[in-house]
Amino acid sequence: MSELGKYAPLTYFQLMEVSLRELLVEKGVVSNAEVDAVAADMKSRGPERGARVVARAWTDPAYKRRLLADGTAACEELGLDVPALRLVVVENTPEVHNVIVCTLCSCYPRMLLGLPPDWYKSSNYRKRVVREPRAVLAEFGTRIPDSVTIRVHDSTADMRYMVLPMRPAGTEGWSEERLAGIVTRDSMVGVALAQAS
Amino acid sequence: MVEAKFQPGDRVKVMKAYPLGHIRTPYYIRGCSGVVERICGAFPNPEELAQMRSGLPAQPLYRVRFAQADVWPDYRGGRGDTIDVEIFQHWLDRE
Repeated sequence: MSELGKYAPLTYFQLMEVSLRELLVEKGVVSNAEVDAVAADMKSRGPERGARVVARAWTDPAYKRRLLADGTAACEELGLDVPALRLVVVENTPEVHNVIVCTLCSCYPRMLLGLPPDWYKSSNYRKRVVREPRAVLAEFGTRIPDSVTIRVHDSTADMRYMVLPMRPAGTEGWSEERLAGIVTRDSMVGVALAQAS
Repeated sequence: MVEAKFQPGDRVKVMKAYPLGHIRTPYYIRGCSGVVERICGAFPNPEELAQMRSGLPAQPLYRVRFAQADVWPDYRGGRGDTIDVEIFQHWLDRE
């Protein structure tokens, strides 16, 4: 491993990934170029796609209704390709706050939000947000009053979830583009609120 | 495709079973009762897919909504707080 210089030795799972990938390339199932292209595509996706969807829903009530009824179709309407994504959009209101988790692994709406952050994949978040969501949200600086219902969504199978955050006060008259600029990844997972500044 | 047995609003109970294999029904929800929130469609059974089989016929998949106070006896938070979990039909019984 000395030739790796400053890098630590590969972990068990990294080694397994490299071994499997090399075997697939060797057998001609995939090429290195194909693997690189998929990895580059995933890395190039960030939360700005989800932010576009949210900003449109904030400014167009008819679009919002379509988004809540069929998330995948509403994304395609904006020209967003969302392969392998069956999207359910859940709306935050003054009465209901939604938060998303995948307790079994790390299912996440990657096509709209990009790669999930490490905390989303951590066992701490996955174990705790289902049973003490208010405490976990408070650790993110998000304090939800007891009068507001919290709905946790565990993505255990084929659906993917995105939160439609509440449009913050003080953004009246803003353009869709400017609104999209304040929609953060964390607000679309439900651990934060969208803020005007 | 297996026909859907439940409709939104139906009360259902998750089976309390512990088979080996690739199971997409989380432990914490087994044995709990909730209400069908929506039918998500029908999808190949992941328990079969994991064994390199077809997973067909496709199994109806539901989003079931549970009251947090029913899931966690020591739950601290609003009485109305809920957790939604996607559960395949073969894990559900009518209540």
